[in-house]
Amino acid sequence: MEPILNQLFAGVSYGSILLLIALGLTFTFGQMGVINMAHGEFIMFGAYTTYVLQEVLGKDQITYAFLLSLPIALVVAGAMGLLLEMTLIKRLYGRPLDTLLVTWGVALVLQQLARDIFGANNVEVVSPTWLEGGITVFGIDMAYNRLFIIGLALAITAAAWVVVGKLKQGRRMRAVMQNRQLAGASGINTPSVDRRTFFLGSGLAGVAGVAITQLGSVGPNLGTNYIIDAFLVVIVGGLGHLRGAVIAALALGILNSLAEYWSSASLGKVIVFMAIVVFLQFRPQGIVASESRGLA
Amino acid sequence: MQTLGGFVSTREKGSRFWLAAILVMCLSAFVAVGCGSDDESSSSGSSTSSSADSGDTIKVGILHSLSGTMAISEKSVVDAEQLAIKEINAAGGVLGKQIEPVVEDGASDWPTFAEKAQKLISEDKVAAVFGCWTSASRKAVLPVFERNKALLYYPVQYEGMEASPYIFYTGATTNQQIIPALEYLKEEKKVKKLFLVGSDYVFPRTANKEIKLWAKANGMEITGEEYAPLGSTEFSTIVNKVKASDSDAVFNTLNGDSNVAFFKQLDGAGLPSSKLPIVSVSIAEDEVRAIGADKVEGQIVAWNYYQTTPGAANEKFVKAYKAEYGDDRVTDDPIEAAYVAVYLWAEAVEKAGTTDVEKVKEASKGLEFDAPEGKVVVDDENQHITKTARIGVINKEGLIDTVWESDGPIEPDPFLESYPWAKGMTPVDG
Repeated sequence: MEPILNQLFAGVSYGSILLLIALGLTFTFGQMGVINMAHGEFIMFGAYTTYVLQEVLGKDQITYAFLLSLPIALVVAGAMGLLLEMTLIKRLYGRPLDTLLVTWGVALVLQQLARDIFGANNVEVVSPTWLEGGITVFGIDMAYNRLFIIGLALAITAAAWVVVGKLKQGRRMRAVMQNRQLAGASGINTPSVDRRTFFLGSGLAGVAGVAITQLGSVGPNLGTNYIIDAFLVVIVGGLGHLRGAVIAALALGILNSLAEYWSSASLGKVIVFMAIVVFLQFRPQGIVASESRGLA
Repeated sequence: MQTLGGFVSTREKGSRFWLAAILVMCLSAFVAVGCGSDDESSSSGSSTSSSADSGDTIKVGILHSLSGTMAISEKSVVDAEQLAIKEINAAGGVLGKQIEPVVEDGASDWPTFAEKAQKLISEDKVAAVFGCWTSASRKAVLPVFERNKALLYYPVQYEGMEASPYIFYTGATTNQQIIPALEYLKEEKKVKKLFLVGSDYVFPRTANKEIKLWAKANGMEITGEEYAPLGSTEFSTIVNKVKASDSDAVFNTLNGDSNVAFFKQLDGAGLPSSKLPIVSVSIAEDEVRAIGADKVEGQIVAWNYYQTTPGAANEKFVKAYKAEYGDDRVTDDPIEAAYVAVYLWAEAVEKAGTTDVEKVKEASKGLEFDAPEGKVVVDDENQHITKTARIGVINKEGLIDTVWESDGPIEPDPFLESYPWAKGMTPVDG
């Protein structure tokens, strides 16, 4: 029984990572219909932000560097997203396939940029001491860094839900996504809303990048490892729905860790992908049905 | 688009401006990229000489991953090869000519390795290539070297079961590294139950196949065998399986960055080296530097050379390496093997009096060299070299202390012909 419980925890923990990396994409892809292949690179730059802060503040300020990097990464990645929106993507709304090609090119440029700035070698982000080690509850080993990521995912999801569901800003966002012309005719400055949404979506990718530094090392290819998973979560969850993304991330995380436990790491991934294909055959609109006309 | 005529025309003007801006951006990016790779392969392209030793220089190729998941390990190997070339050049070169390295990036991608190998051979006409780290990349370039009858010097320990007539292997084969490590676990650590973790490609799979045969013959139980995709950073499931298996030790054949994630997550799951020893065959001083010494302190590694290996040849090598690349750098087994590879080639060329591949091969037979790891001898038949097996423990400075050493150098036996238990061992495909 214990191994299964441990696996469930591993699944929830993996699911929370999936949720973090996919949250931003529910805005940019799910709501705006932009297939942003550079989303992974925003994650990567968020991770490098942590590294830079740690180097600047020094080895004895690791805790501050790490906590400080959460808001700073949001701004850094958000600003990059904003720049991308204002220069390229704003010309491509309603042309999802073109956004795919353009942002993929941007992703390659950003990867090379990271390689030129930080070198091809991966760099190490030192974990704050309070994130090392773990506790055992009912035979489940919970590493502190995993618990932190789960907590962070919950907090960010709650914040995103408040923004989208409760604030004026979120209402405008939803209005623009559901019917751009009508929203514009009602006096909403749609280009401004687009910019804000894109800033938010990209910024969340940066925050995810900070969390990921606690799992492994940081390198220029970090983003490519996560981009596919992020898209899967958004598509399975139903385009643009936070609730769907949460369910999908958890389901995929747990399915992945259980499948991996009963088979092997490579085969586990195959099983997950096959399950997704079958699921989308029967429910192409995802877990939560979308009423927007995003990709239609 | 339903827009007014006037609006369309301003838009067009606007988009022309942006098109120009994007073009400028792309161009500047290309220029930046071009500059970046220029200092790495400063010498490629310009020369159109028809043979390796025409003119005043002899060209050699250096083919490693300078980017991607393997760059963590392979960059330092390139440095070692450059250092050896610089030293040889400073001492007068080979056959009175300077050696000119042409550096190519395999980018941790095996087809790219094959492409670049072909480029080095047919465009740059190099006399020999020093390159590769993973067995997957070596297997990808092997047919290229055999087809072109060109020489590759491979500097990394590997799984054996290979002896190409066009490859010199200066790293250990299994009977010089993995088998001594297993014997150490059995004799010194009294390990009865062993768990195997590796990256999912040819080296770990073949090595584990050999380990399982050995275990069967030696009464050791294999409690599990797990593979993670190369570059994977998600190890919670594997760590759980290791924990549930109640093993005495783990045999780790993970490569590249995965090691960082693996040790971080073991640490998080409460499995320090005192509770569960892990024997790694792909972690040397350079990787310890990247993982962080505190996460792997006390763990066991198996190699043939450490920075701490005693001897005058090694003292000189370590000093030269640090002088060239900085005091914070470390030397390790593949770095040393790569350094030795260049010297072995240079000596063979001097002895043969030409860079002609067949004559260099002939001259290499029985060639001896005072390497930092001790005296090595090139085998007549399989083109591997003799090596002393050394088991080490990682200390808190991130260096490795030798705790066990074989009685003198071990003859290379890539096909394990002298081991009865290895009968029926066949290589794993790709």
